[in-house]
Amino acid sequence: MADRLSDAGDLSEEEEEEEEEEEDVLTPAELIARLEEAWLNEKFSPELLENKSELVECVMEQLMHMEENLQRVRKGDLKASVHRMEIDRIRFVLSSYLRSRLQKIEKFFPHVLEKEKSRADGDPSFLSPEEFAFAKEYLANTEVYLKAVALRHMPPNLQSIDMLKAVPEPCLDSFVFLRVKERQENILVEPETDEQREYVVDLEEGSQHLMRYRTIAPLVASGAVQLI
Amino acid sequence: MFCEKAVELIRELHRMSDGQLPAFNEDSIRQVLEEMKALYEQNQSDVSEAKTEGKSELIPTIKFRHCCLLRNQRCITAYLYDRLLRIRALRWEYGSVLPTTIRFHMCAEELEWFNQYKKSLATYMRSLGGEEGLDITQDMKPPKSLYIEVRCLKDHGEFEIDDGTVILLKKNSQHFLPRWKCEQLIRQGVLEHVIS
Repeated sequence: MADRLSDAGDLSEEEEEEEEEEEDVLTPAELIARLEEAWLNEKFSPELLENKSELVECVMEQLMHMEENLQRVRKGDLKASVHRMEIDRIRFVLSSYLRSRLQKIEKFFPHVLEKEKSRADGDPSFLSPEEFAFAKEYLANTEVYLKAVALRHMPPNLQSIDMLKAVPEPCLDSFVFLRVKERQENILVEPETDEQREYVVDLEEGSQHLMRYRTIAPLVASGAVQLI
Repeated sequence: MFCEKAVELIRELHRMSDGQLPAFNEDSIRQVLEEMKALYEQNQSDVSEAKTEGKSELIPTIKFRHCCLLRNQRCITAYLYDRLLRIRALRWEYGSVLPTTIRFHMCAEELEWFNQYKKSLATYMRSLGGEEGLDITQDMKPPKSLYIEVRCLKDHGEFEIDDGTVILLKKNSQHFLPRWKCEQLIRQGVLEHVIS
């Protein structure tokens, strides 16, 4: 599918010029491949992953370009249908990616907000500014609701709830399927205890595994493994 | 036994495991809150008695009542929160306008929560990308084909598609329409996807 994006240049000469002027470092094919990777990782990870708003913006721009090109094509042309399908598919992947993120933000909202508030200035953020605003509004909305309906009618010492304790945290020990993109050595699967020696594996490039998410979480963030 | 009414609330939701929203059980909640008030007042008087007259044998009872209070609080908030999750799912299933049958099952504060949630979601979606944003409540399923055969289940009037043609959606009429235009109408029950 990603190959056909390069056919987009066939639609008109003007578009070819535009592509040369674009300062995107990634080709459209690479951009969509990156989107699909981010989509799969976000779908299968139990926790919210790093925010990729640049990627989202670039994909949206790409979609707009493709829609514009479609307008200029003669109606009923077969190429138009194929490109239309492609636009729909990319839009589906992007929407699904953003939906996954939103669902996790809503599910773990106090923890997500806490994590974002307590991160150091240099660290990459987990929430885009818009997601952060959404999460804050969700928290406020829910707190206002609970207070109005029940909490204010309760005895004075029970009128508040600690959201961090009340809402469950993501289960980082859940098992995930992964494919190794970059060879890794000495990954600690089980630490040494009184009953067992430490269990360490090497991850060969291209191999697939089923492991606890917690063990390989940093590798997902760095791009060394891909969740599948 | 204490906390029975509160557990009943939980059971009520547990019975409807498909995500349906039952009517807001205002009665039960009121009863649980009254029980909490009674327990708290009993504890207040026992605590002052224990302090002034040194009756330390009251302390286990006080602790027990406190546990019941905490359990009641937990059950009520669990009931309310689970309803919120179901209401949230309604926005994604039905869109911004809820069917009246469902609205009757919601209390005023839940409707308010729903409105705020809608607004937050709309603001977020508008902010995506550059200009108009992206409606991520569409495209819920991967696209299988460009055009689909749909049958109209109710009269919906005129419907315009991208190239300008206007289709009249009359009950029982069948049309061959672009998939992306029909998604929302299918979810709302106006159109039905005909799989031959």
